[in-house]
Amino acid sequence: MNEVYLEVLRPGINTTIQDKGRFHLYHIGITVSGAMDQSKFQISNALVNNDYNEGVLEFAYQGPCLKLVNGNINIAITGNVNFNILRKNSTTEEGICFKNYFLEDGDQIDIISTKNSVFGYFAVQGGFKTDKVWNSLSINTKAKVGPNNGEKFSLRQKIYINKSKTEKLLEKKIDYNFLNENIIRVIKGTNYNYFSESALNIFFKEEYTVSNLSDRMGMRLEGPKLENITNTNIKSEGLVKGVIQVPADGKPIIMFSDHGTIGGYPKIAVIISADLDKVAQLPPGSKIKFEEVSLINAENYFKDHIKNINKYIREIK
Amino acid sequence: MIKNISNLGDASIYCDFGQDVNQKINSNVVSYFNHIKKLVKNNKIKGITNITPSYNKLIVSFDLEIITYNEVKQIIENSKIKKNIIQNPKKIKIPICCDQEYALDLTSLSNKLNISENEILETHLNKEYFCYMTGFIAGMPFLGDIDKKLRTHRLETPRVKVPKGSVGITEQFCNIYTYESPGGWNIIGNTPKNIFNKLNFDKPLLINPGDKVSFYKITKQEYLNWNE
Repeated sequence: MNEVYLEVLRPGINTTIQDKGRFHLYHIGITVSGAMDQSKFQISNALVNNDYNEGVLEFAYQGPCLKLVNGNINIAITGNVNFNILRKNSTTEEGICFKNYFLEDGDQIDIISTKNSVFGYFAVQGGFKTDKVWNSLSINTKAKVGPNNGEKFSLRQKIYINKSKTEKLLEKKIDYNFLNENIIRVIKGTNYNYFSESALNIFFKEEYTVSNLSDRMGMRLEGPKLENITNTNIKSEGLVKGVIQVPADGKPIIMFSDHGTIGGYPKIAVIISADLDKVAQLPPGSKIKFEEVSLINAENYFKDHIKNINKYIREIK
Repeated sequence: MIKNISNLGDASIYCDFGQDVNQKINSNVVSYFNHIKKLVKNNKIKGITNITPSYNKLIVSFDLEIITYNEVKQIIENSKIKKNIIQNPKKIKIPICCDQEYALDLTSLSNKLNISENEILETHLNKEYFCYMTGFIAGMPFLGDIDKKLRTHRLETPRVKVPKGSVGITEQFCNIYTYESPGGWNIIGNTPKNIFNKLNFDKPLLINPGDKVSFYKITKQEYLNWNE
Protein backbone atom coordinates (compact mmCIF):
# COMPACT_ATOMS: atom_id res chain seq x y z
CA MET A 1 0.00 0.00 0.00
CA ASN A 2 1.29 3.42 -0.88
CA GLU A 3 1.93 5.70 2.03
CA VAL A 4 0.26 9.09 2.21
CA TYR A 5 2.64 12.02 2.34
CA LEU A 6 3.06 15.72 1.75
CA GLU A 7 5.83 16.60 -0.66
CA VAL A 8 7.65 19.82 0.20
CA LEU A 9 7.59 22.03 -2.93
CA ARG A 10 8.81 25.01 -0.91
CA PRO A 11 9.94 24.58 2.68
CA GLY A 12 9.21 28.07 4.02
CA ILE A 13 11.46 29.87 6.46
CA ASN A 14 11.21 27.67 9.54
CA THR A 15 8.81 24.76 9.16
CA THR A 16 8.92 22.19 11.96
CA ILE A 17 6.64 19.75 13.78
CA GLN A 18 5.58 20.93 17.23
CA ASP A 19 3.35 19.63 19.99
CA LYS A 20 2.78 20.84 23.54
CA GLY A 21 6.45 20.36 24.34
CA ARG A 22 9.17 18.10 25.73
CA PHE A 23 9.10 17.98 29.51
CA HIS A 24 11.14 16.64 32.45
CA LEU A 25 14.52 17.22 30.74
CA TYR A 26 15.62 20.72 31.75
CA HIS A 27 18.05 19.17 34.23
CA ILE A 28 20.05 17.53 31.44
CA GLY A 29 19.99 20.61 29.24
CA ILE A 30 17.12 19.72 26.93
CA THR A 31 14.64 22.53 26.67
CA VAL A 32 10.83 22.42 26.39
CA SER A 33 10.37 23.39 22.73
CA GLY A 34 6.71 22.98 21.71
CA ALA A 35 4.37 25.30 19.81
CA MET A 36 5.19 28.99 20.27
CA ASP A 37 1.46 29.81 20.21
CA GLN A 38 -0.11 27.01 22.23
CA SER A 39 -3.73 28.13 21.78
CA LYS A 40 -3.57 28.19 17.96
CA PHE A 41 -1.80 24.82 18.09
CA GLN A 42 -4.56 23.28 20.25
CA ILE A 43 -7.36 24.71 18.13
CA SER A 44 -5.75 23.43 14.90
CA ASN A 45 -5.87 19.89 16.26
CA ALA A 46 -9.49 20.28 17.41
CA LEU A 47 -10.50 21.40 13.90
CA VAL A 48 -9.38 18.06 12.43
CA ASN A 49 -10.62 15.86 15.30
CA ASN A 50 -7.13 15.09 16.61
CA ASP A 51 -6.04 14.52 20.18
CA TYR A 52 -5.12 17.85 21.71
CA ASN A 53 -1.39 17.01 21.77
CA GLU A 54 -0.98 15.63 18.23
CA GLY A 55 2.02 17.03 16.34
CA VAL A 56 1.26 19.79 13.81
CA LEU A 57 3.40 21.80 11.39
CA GLU A 58 4.45 25.17 12.74
CA PHE A 59 5.65 27.77 10.26
CA ALA A 60 6.97 31.31 10.68
CA TYR A 61 6.46 34.28 8.31
CA GLN A 62 6.57 32.41 5.00
CA GLY A 63 5.02 28.96 5.22
CA PRO A 64 5.60 25.87 3.08
CA CYS A 65 4.02 24.84 -0.21
CA LEU A 66 2.98 21.20 0.08
CA LYS A 67 1.58 18.65 -2.36
CA LEU A 68 -0.55 15.77 -1.14
CA VAL A 69 0.41 12.39 -2.62
CA ASN A 70 -1.41 9.03 -2.36
CA GLY A 71 -4.46 9.98 -0.35
CA ASN A 72 -7.15 12.36 0.85
CA ILE A 73 -6.99 14.23 4.14
CA ASN A 74 -8.69 16.85 6.27
CA ILE A 75 -6.47 19.77 7.14
CA ALA A 76 -6.83 23.06 8.99
CA ILE A 77 -4.71 26.18 9.35
CA THR A 78 -4.81 28.46 12.37
CA GLY A 79 -3.24 31.83 13.03
CA ASN A 80 -3.51 34.87 10.81
CA VAL A 81 -2.37 33.36 7.54
CA ASN A 82 -2.58 33.99 3.80
CA PHE A 83 -2.87 30.69 1.95
CA ASN A 84 -4.29 29.12 -1.18
CA ILE A 85 -5.46 25.67 -2.06
CA LEU A 86 -4.45 24.70 -5.59
CA ARG A 87 -6.73 21.92 -6.70
CA LYS A 88 -5.51 19.24 -9.07
CA ASN A 89 -7.97 20.53 -11.70
CA SER A 90 -6.10 23.90 -11.65
CA THR A 91 -8.70 25.86 -9.69
CA THR A 92 -7.42 27.96 -6.83
CA GLU A 93 -9.34 28.52 -3.61
CA GLU A 94 -8.35 31.29 -1.28
CA GLY A 95 -7.89 29.73 2.16
CA ILE A 96 -9.62 30.80 5.35
CA CYS A 97 -8.05 30.16 8.75
CA PHE A 98 -9.85 28.24 11.52
CA LYS A 99 -11.80 26.17 8.99
CA ASN A 100 -11.04 22.68 7.77
CA TYR A 101 -10.50 21.65 4.16
CA PHE A 102 -10.54 18.31 2.43
CA LEU A 103 -7.44 17.80 0.29
CA GLU A 104 -7.43 15.16 -2.41
CA ASP A 105 -4.56 13.33 -4.02
CA GLY A 106 -2.52 15.83 -6.05
CA ASP A 107 -3.91 18.98 -4.42
CA GLN A 108 -1.44 21.55 -3.17
CA ILE A 109 -1.57 23.92 -0.28
CA ASP A 110 0.47 27.08 -0.62
CA ILE A 111 0.98 28.85 2.71
CA ILE A 112 2.08 32.24 1.49
CA SER A 113 2.66 34.20 4.68
CA THR A 114 1.51 35.06 8.16
CA LYS A 115 -0.22 38.45 8.32
CA ASN A 116 0.86 40.90 11.01
CA SER A 117 1.89 37.92 13.13
CA VAL A 118 4.70 35.36 13.24
CA PHE A 119 3.51 31.77 13.66
CA GLY A 120 0.84 29.67 12.00
CA TYR A 121 -0.21 26.04 12.44
CA PHE A 122 -1.11 23.36 9.91
CA ALA A 123 -2.84 20.28 11.31
CA VAL A 124 -3.70 17.11 9.39
CA GLN A 125 -6.29 14.65 10.57
CA GLY A 126 -4.53 11.64 12.11
CA GLY A 127 -1.26 13.50 12.56
CA PHE A 128 2.16 12.98 11.04
CA LYS A 129 3.72 9.55 10.86
CA THR A 130 6.78 9.93 13.01
CA ASP A 131 8.01 8.65 16.35
CA LYS A 132 8.24 10.73 19.47
CA VAL A 133 11.74 11.59 20.64
CA TRP A 134 11.98 11.84 24.41
CA ASN A 135 8.24 11.71 24.59
CA SER A 136 7.57 14.61 22.24
CA LEU A 137 7.12 15.31 18.54
CA SER A 138 8.59 18.80 18.82
CA ILE A 139 11.60 19.57 16.63
CA ASN A 140 14.37 21.59 18.29
CA THR A 141 16.61 22.71 15.42
CA LYS A 142 19.24 24.28 17.69
CA ALA A 143 19.89 21.11 19.69
CA LYS A 144 19.02 18.82 16.74
CA VAL A 145 16.54 16.93 18.89
CA GLY A 146 13.21 15.54 17.70
CA PRO A 147 11.72 14.00 14.55
CA ASN A 148 13.42 14.64 11.17
CA ASN A 149 16.78 14.43 13.03
CA GLY A 150 15.92 17.69 14.73
CA GLU A 151 16.04 19.62 11.44
CA LYS A 152 13.50 21.93 9.86
CA PHE A 153 11.89 20.61 6.67
CA SER A 154 13.68 21.13 3.36
CA LEU A 155 12.85 21.10 -0.34
CA ARG A 156 11.53 17.80 -1.83
CA GLN A 157 11.23 16.10 1.54
CA LYS A 158 8.29 13.79 2.10
CA ILE A 159 6.33 14.34 5.31
CA TYR A 160 4.42 11.12 5.97
CA ILE A 161 0.91 11.19 7.37
CA ASN A 162 -0.94 8.60 9.46
CA LYS A 163 -3.75 7.07 7.50
CA SER A 164 -6.95 8.82 8.57
CA LYS A 165 -10.34 7.16 8.78
CA THR A 166 -12.41 9.96 7.37
CA GLU A 167 -12.74 10.17 3.63
CA LYS A 168 -14.85 13.31 3.54
CA LEU A 169 -14.85 16.88 4.73
CA LEU A 170 -15.35 17.24 8.49
CA GLU A 171 -17.03 20.62 8.01
CA LYS A 172 -15.75 22.34 11.11
CA LYS A 173 -15.01 25.99 11.50
CA ILE A 174 -15.02 28.76 14.05
CA ASP A 175 -14.95 32.52 13.92
CA TYR A 176 -11.73 33.38 15.63
CA ASN A 177 -10.93 36.97 16.21
CA PHE A 178 -7.15 37.17 15.80
CA LEU A 179 -5.97 40.30 17.59
CA ASN A 180 -2.46 41.53 18.17
CA GLU A 181 -2.15 42.92 21.64
CA ASN A 182 0.85 44.94 22.68
CA ILE A 183 0.34 45.16 26.41
CA ILE A 184 2.17 42.24 27.94
CA ARG A 185 1.54 41.43 31.58
CA VAL A 186 4.42 40.33 33.79
CA ILE A 187 5.27 39.35 37.35
CA LYS A 188 8.37 40.80 39.05
CA GLY A 189 11.44 38.65 38.45
CA THR A 190 13.77 37.18 41.05
CA ASN A 191 16.39 39.89 40.38
CA TYR A 192 13.93 42.77 40.16
CA ASN A 193 15.82 44.73 42.83
CA TYR A 194 19.09 44.53 40.87
CA PHE A 195 17.79 47.46 38.83
CA SER A 196 17.67 51.14 39.69
CA GLU A 197 14.36 52.80 40.45
CA SER A 198 14.59 54.78 37.25
CA ALA A 199 15.25 51.56 35.30
CA LEU A 200 12.12 49.97 36.76
CA ASN A 201 10.14 53.09 35.91
CA ILE A 202 11.39 52.94 32.34
CA PHE A 203 10.63 49.23 32.09
CA PHE A 204 6.95 49.75 32.92
CA LYS A 205 6.37 53.14 31.32
CA GLU A 206 8.30 53.15 28.05
CA GLU A 207 7.67 51.18 24.89
CA TYR A 208 10.03 48.48 23.66
CA THR A 209 10.38 47.39 20.06
CA VAL A 210 10.68 43.76 18.93
CA SER A 211 14.04 43.49 17.13
CA ASN A 212 14.97 41.31 14.15
CA LEU A 213 17.00 39.11 16.49
CA SER A 214 13.98 37.05 17.47
CA ASP A 215 13.37 33.37 16.93
CA ARG A 216 12.11 30.28 18.75
CA MET A 217 14.90 30.66 21.35
CA GLY A 218 14.13 34.21 22.34
CA MET A 219 13.11 37.73 21.48
CA ARG A 220 15.50 40.66 21.83
CA LEU A 221 13.96 44.04 22.50
CA GLU A 222 15.19 47.48 21.52
CA GLY A 223 14.52 50.46 23.73
CA PRO A 224 15.88 52.48 26.60
CA LYS A 225 18.79 50.85 28.44
CA LEU A 226 17.98 49.46 31.89
CA GLU A 227 20.50 50.40 34.53
CA ASN A 228 21.66 47.54 36.74
CA ILE A 229 22.92 48.78 40.12
CA THR A 230 23.88 45.43 41.63
CA ASN A 231 25.54 42.96 39.25
CA THR A 232 25.12 42.27 35.55
CA ASN A 233 25.85 38.57 36.14
CA ILE A 234 24.30 36.09 38.51
CA LYS A 235 25.51 32.56 39.28
CA SER A 236 24.10 30.41 36.48
CA GLU A 237 20.67 29.02 37.31
CA GLY A 238 17.61 27.57 35.62
CA LEU A 239 15.48 29.44 33.09
CA VAL A 240 11.86 29.03 32.04
CA LYS A 241 9.83 30.18 29.06
CA GLY A 242 8.71 33.78 29.53
CA VAL A 243 11.64 34.94 31.68
CA ILE A 244 12.92 38.41 30.73
CA GLN A 245 16.70 38.58 31.22
CA VAL A 246 18.72 41.77 31.05
CA PRO A 247 22.40 41.29 30.10
CA ALA A 248 25.10 43.93 30.60
CA ASP A 249 23.97 45.97 27.57
CA GLY A 250 20.71 46.78 29.40
CA LYS A 251 18.40 45.47 26.64
CA PRO A 252 15.77 42.91 27.69
CA ILE A 253 15.64 39.43 26.15
CA ILE A 254 12.50 37.25 26.43
CA MET A 255 13.08 33.50 26.69
CA PHE A 256 10.95 31.41 24.31
CA SER A 257 10.32 27.71 23.70
CA ASP A 258 13.85 26.71 22.58
CA HIS A 259 15.72 28.75 25.23
CA GLY A 260 18.92 27.49 26.89
CA THR A 261 18.05 25.71 30.13
CA ILE A 262 20.54 27.66 32.25
CA GLY A 263 21.49 31.33 32.18
CA GLY A 264 23.50 33.85 34.12
CA TYR A 265 21.79 37.19 33.47
CA PRO A 266 19.51 38.92 35.97
CA LYS A 267 15.78 38.25 35.60
CA ILE A 268 13.84 41.50 35.76
CA ALA A 269 10.39 40.00 35.15
CA VAL A 270 8.51 36.95 33.90
CA ILE A 271 5.65 37.07 31.39
CA ILE A 272 2.43 35.58 32.76
CA SER A 273 1.29 32.29 31.24
CA ALA A 274 -1.87 33.89 29.81
CA ASP A 275 0.22 36.26 27.63
CA LEU A 276 2.89 33.92 26.25
CA ASP A 277 0.96 33.18 23.05
CA LYS A 278 0.33 36.81 22.23
CA VAL A 279 3.91 37.96 22.78
CA ALA A 280 5.18 35.16 20.53
CA GLN A 281 2.99 36.48 17.70
CA LEU A 282 4.45 40.01 17.68
CA PRO A 283 6.60 40.49 14.55
CA PRO A 284 9.81 42.59 14.50
CA GLY A 285 9.01 46.30 14.69
CA SER A 286 6.01 45.78 17.00
CA LYS A 287 5.81 47.88 20.14
CA ILE A 288 5.53 46.22 23.54
CA LYS A 289 4.48 47.73 26.84
CA PHE A 290 4.88 45.79 30.07
CA GLU A 291 2.32 45.90 32.84
CA GLU A 292 2.92 44.46 36.30
CA VAL A 293 0.33 42.12 37.82
CA SER A 294 0.20 40.07 41.03
CA LEU A 295 0.57 36.31 41.14
CA ILE A 296 -3.07 35.82 42.09
CA ASN A 297 -4.23 37.97 39.17
CA ALA A 298 -1.90 36.11 36.81
CA GLU A 299 -3.46 32.83 37.92
CA ASN A 300 -6.93 34.22 37.28
CA TYR A 301 -5.98 35.60 33.88
CA PHE A 302 -4.70 32.14 33.01
CA LYS A 303 -8.05 30.58 34.00
CA ASP A 304 -9.81 33.06 31.70
CA HIS A 305 -7.34 32.26 28.95
CA ILE A 306 -8.01 28.51 29.22
CA LYS A 307 -11.78 29.10 29.39
CA ASN A 308 -11.54 31.10 26.21
CA ILE A 309 -9.65 28.35 24.34
CA ASN A 310 -12.07 25.72 25.62
CA LYS A 311 -15.00 27.82 24.43
CA TYR A 312 -13.60 27.68 20.89
CA ILE A 313 -12.91 23.97 21.16
CA ARG A 314 -16.47 23.29 22.33
CA GLU A 315 -17.78 25.34 19.40
CA ILE A 316 -15.87 23.07 17.05
CA LYS A 317 -17.32 19.92 18.60
CA MET B 1 18.57 24.37 53.90
CA ILE B 2 16.28 26.37 51.63
CA LYS B 3 16.72 30.01 52.60
CA ASN B 4 13.79 31.41 50.67
CA ILE B 5 10.99 30.22 48.39
CA SER B 6 9.41 32.56 45.87
CA ASN B 7 7.58 32.41 42.58
CA LEU B 8 9.33 32.73 39.23
CA GLY B 9 6.41 33.90 37.13
CA ASP B 10 3.12 32.09 37.70
CA ALA B 11 4.17 28.56 36.73
CA SER B 12 7.51 28.02 38.48
CA ILE B 13 8.76 27.99 42.04
CA TYR B 14 12.22 29.30 42.92
CA CYS B 15 14.03 27.72 45.86
CA ASP B 16 17.01 29.77 46.96
CA PHE B 17 19.77 27.98 48.88
CA GLY B 18 21.85 31.18 49.30
CA GLN B 19 24.62 32.88 47.39
CA ASP B 20 27.58 30.58 48.07
CA VAL B 21 28.69 27.94 45.61
CA ASN B 22 30.10 24.81 47.21
CA GLN B 23 29.56 21.06 47.19
CA LYS B 24 27.60 21.02 50.43
CA ILE B 25 24.99 23.52 49.24
CA ASN B 26 24.85 21.89 45.84
CA SER B 27 24.29 18.47 47.47
CA ASN B 28 21.33 19.97 49.32
CA VAL B 29 19.93 21.23 46.02
CA VAL B 30 20.39 17.78 44.49
CA SER B 31 18.73 16.11 47.52
CA TYR B 32 15.63 18.25 46.96
CA PHE B 33 15.79 17.54 43.24
CA ASN B 34 15.86 13.78 43.90
CA HIS B 35 13.09 14.05 46.47
CA ILE B 36 10.70 15.94 44.16
CA LYS B 37 11.60 13.68 41.26
CA LYS B 38 10.58 10.72 43.40
CA LEU B 39 7.27 12.38 44.36
CA VAL B 40 6.57 12.91 40.67
CA LYS B 41 7.51 9.34 39.80
CA ASN B 42 5.27 7.92 42.56
CA ASN B 43 2.38 10.16 41.55
CA LYS B 44 2.43 11.95 44.90
CA ILE B 45 2.40 15.27 43.11
CA LYS B 46 0.74 16.05 39.79
CA GLY B 47 1.45 18.62 37.12
CA ILE B 48 5.21 19.06 37.58
CA THR B 49 6.82 19.63 34.18
CA ASN B 50 10.47 20.27 35.05
CA ILE B 51 12.86 20.36 37.99
CA THR B 52 16.06 22.31 37.40
CA PRO B 53 18.89 22.15 39.92
CA SER B 54 21.83 24.55 39.65
CA TYR B 55 24.72 25.55 41.95
CA ASN B 56 22.53 26.97 44.72
CA LYS B 57 18.99 27.22 43.30
CA LEU B 58 16.24 24.78 42.44
CA ILE B 59 13.47 25.73 40.04
CA VAL B 60 10.34 23.58 39.86
CA SER B 61 8.04 24.27 36.91
CA PHE B 62 4.45 23.12 36.73
CA ASP B 63 1.38 23.06 34.54
CA LEU B 64 -0.85 25.85 35.79
CA GLU B 65 -3.93 23.99 34.57
CA ILE B 66 -3.17 21.24 37.10
CA ILE B 67 -1.46 22.80 40.12
CA THR B 68 -0.63 26.27 41.46
CA TYR B 69 2.28 27.95 43.20
CA ASN B 70 0.86 27.73 46.71
CA GLU B 71 0.17 24.01 46.43
CA VAL B 72 3.69 23.25 45.18
CA LYS B 73 5.18 25.53 47.82
CA GLN B 74 3.36 23.68 50.56
CA ILE B 75 4.59 20.31 49.32
CA ILE B 76 8.19 21.55 49.24
CA GLU B 77 7.92 23.15 52.67
CA ASN B 78 6.49 19.99 54.16
CA SER B 79 9.15 17.78 52.59
CA LYS B 80 11.46 16.07 55.02
CA ILE B 81 14.74 15.77 53.22
CA LYS B 82 17.22 13.25 54.47
CA LYS B 83 20.58 14.90 54.62
CA ASN B 84 23.61 13.19 53.15
CA ILE B 85 21.60 10.94 50.89
CA ILE B 86 24.13 8.38 49.78
CA GLN B 87 24.90 8.93 46.18
CA ASN B 88 27.27 6.86 44.18
CA PRO B 89 29.40 9.33 42.33
CA LYS B 90 31.02 7.91 39.25
CA LYS B 91 34.68 8.69 38.68
CA ILE B 92 35.18 9.66 35.06
CA LYS B 93 38.43 10.27 33.24
CA ILE B 94 38.28 12.55 30.23
CA PRO B 95 41.05 12.51 27.59
CA ILE B 96 41.99 15.97 26.41
CA CYS B 97 44.32 17.18 23.66
CA CYS B 98 45.86 20.56 24.40
CA ASP B 99 47.74 21.18 21.13
CA GLN B 100 47.51 24.76 19.97
CA GLU B 101 44.78 24.11 17.41
CA TYR B 102 42.47 22.81 20.16
CA ALA B 103 43.56 25.03 23.06
CA LEU B 104 42.14 28.16 21.48
CA ASP B 105 42.70 30.50 24.42
CA LEU B 106 45.75 28.97 26.10
CA THR B 107 48.20 31.62 24.87
CA SER B 108 46.01 34.58 25.76
CA LEU B 109 45.18 32.98 29.10
CA SER B 110 48.89 32.57 29.82
CA ASN B 111 49.39 36.29 29.17
CA LYS B 112 46.32 37.28 31.17
CA LEU B 113 47.18 35.13 34.22
CA ASN B 114 50.92 35.64 33.86
CA ILE B 115 51.74 31.95 34.22
CA SER B 116 53.17 29.63 31.59
CA GLU B 117 50.98 27.55 29.31
CA ASN B 118 52.52 24.41 30.76
CA GLU B 119 51.73 25.44 34.29
CA ILE B 120 48.12 26.21 33.36
CA LEU B 121 47.67 22.75 31.87
CA GLU B 122 49.46 20.92 34.66
CA THR B 123 47.49 22.74 37.30
CA HIS B 124 44.26 21.91 35.51
CA LEU B 125 45.13 18.23 34.96
CA ASN B 126 46.25 17.78 38.52
CA LYS B 127 42.81 18.03 40.11
CA GLU B 128 39.58 16.11 40.45
CA TYR B 129 36.42 18.10 39.76
CA PHE B 130 32.88 17.85 41.06
CA CYS B 131 29.92 18.06 38.67
CA TYR B 132 27.54 20.70 40.06
CA MET B 133 24.94 20.59 37.31
CA THR B 134 24.29 19.93 33.64
CA GLY B 135 22.53 22.13 31.15
CA PHE B 136 22.50 25.28 29.05
CA ILE B 137 22.94 22.96 26.08
CA ALA B 138 22.20 19.24 26.26
CA GLY B 139 24.54 17.44 28.61
CA MET B 140 27.01 20.25 29.25
CA PRO B 141 28.60 19.55 32.66
CA PHE B 142 29.46 22.46 34.98
CA LEU B 143 32.53 21.29 36.93
CA GLY B 144 34.44 22.84 39.81
CA ASP B 145 36.38 24.09 41.48
CA ILE B 146 39.45 24.93 39.46
CA ASP B 147 42.65 26.07 41.17
CA LYS B 148 42.52 29.67 42.39
CA LYS B 149 45.42 30.76 40.20
CA LEU B 150 43.52 29.76 37.01
CA ARG B 151 40.41 31.80 37.71
CA THR B 152 39.46 34.50 35.25
CA HIS B 153 36.44 36.04 33.53
CA ARG B 154 34.65 34.97 30.39
CA LEU B 155 35.95 36.23 27.03
CA GLU B 156 34.95 39.83 26.48
CA THR B 157 33.39 38.94 23.17
CA PRO B 158 31.95 35.43 23.22
CA ARG B 159 32.67 33.13 20.27
CA VAL B 160 29.80 32.59 17.86
CA LYS B 161 30.91 28.97 17.50
CA VAL B 162 32.84 26.97 20.06
CA PRO B 163 33.86 23.60 18.57
CA LYS B 164 32.27 20.44 19.94
CA GLY B 165 34.40 18.82 22.64
CA SER B 166 36.03 22.06 23.75
CA VAL B 167 37.05 22.21 27.40
CA GLY B 168 36.64 25.70 28.82
CA ILE B 169 37.32 27.45 32.11
CA THR B 170 35.93 30.59 33.72
CA GLU B 171 35.80 31.81 37.30
CA GLN B 172 35.90 28.71 39.55
CA PHE B 173 34.37 26.45 36.91
CA CYS B 174 35.25 24.20 33.99
CA ASN B 175 32.91 22.83 31.33
CA ILE B 176 32.80 20.73 28.18
CA TYR B 177 30.89 21.83 25.07
CA THR B 178 28.84 18.79 24.18
CA TYR B 179 28.20 20.15 20.72
CA GLU B 180 29.07 23.23 18.70
CA SER B 181 27.51 26.26 20.34
CA PRO B 182 28.05 29.95 21.00
CA GLY B 183 30.05 30.49 24.17
CA GLY B 184 32.45 32.70 26.08
CA TRP B 185 34.58 30.35 28.19
CA ASN B 186 38.38 30.20 27.85
CA ILE B 187 39.18 27.10 25.81
CA ILE B 188 42.24 25.10 26.93
CA GLY B 189 41.77 21.85 24.99
CA ASN B 190 39.37 19.47 23.32
CA THR B 191 38.16 15.97 24.09
CA PRO B 192 37.32 13.37 21.43
CA LYS B 193 35.05 11.59 23.94
CA ASN B 194 31.32 11.78 23.41
CA ILE B 195 29.81 13.48 26.48
CA PHE B 196 26.19 13.53 25.27
CA ASN B 197 24.60 10.72 23.32
CA LYS B 198 21.17 11.71 22.05
CA LEU B 199 20.46 8.19 20.85
CA ASN B 200 20.85 6.71 24.31
CA PHE B 201 17.51 7.74 25.77
CA ASP B 202 18.04 6.07 29.14
CA LYS B 203 21.52 7.39 29.83
CA PRO B 204 22.30 10.22 27.44
CA LEU B 205 24.83 11.86 29.76
CA LEU B 206 28.33 10.61 30.47
CA ILE B 207 28.72 13.04 33.38
CA ASN B 208 25.90 13.61 35.89
CA PRO B 209 25.60 15.95 38.87
CA GLY B 210 27.62 14.60 41.79
CA ASP B 211 30.13 12.75 39.59
CA LYS B 212 33.89 13.25 39.95
CA VAL B 213 35.77 14.17 36.80
CA SER B 214 39.48 14.33 36.01
CA PHE B 215 41.31 15.03 32.78
CA TYR B 216 44.37 13.37 31.22
CA LYS B 217 46.43 14.54 28.31
CA ILE B 218 46.52 12.75 24.96
CA THR B 219 48.53 13.46 21.82
CA LYS B 220 47.00 14.73 18.60
CA GLN B 221 47.57 11.28 17.08
CA GLU B 222 45.61 9.66 19.91
CA TYR B 223 42.93 12.31 19.52
CA LEU B 224 42.53 11.64 15.81
CA ASN B 225 42.50 7.85 16.29
CA TRP B 226 40.01 8.00 19.17
CA ASN B 227 37.42 5.29 18.83
CA GLU B 228 34.74 4.51 21.38
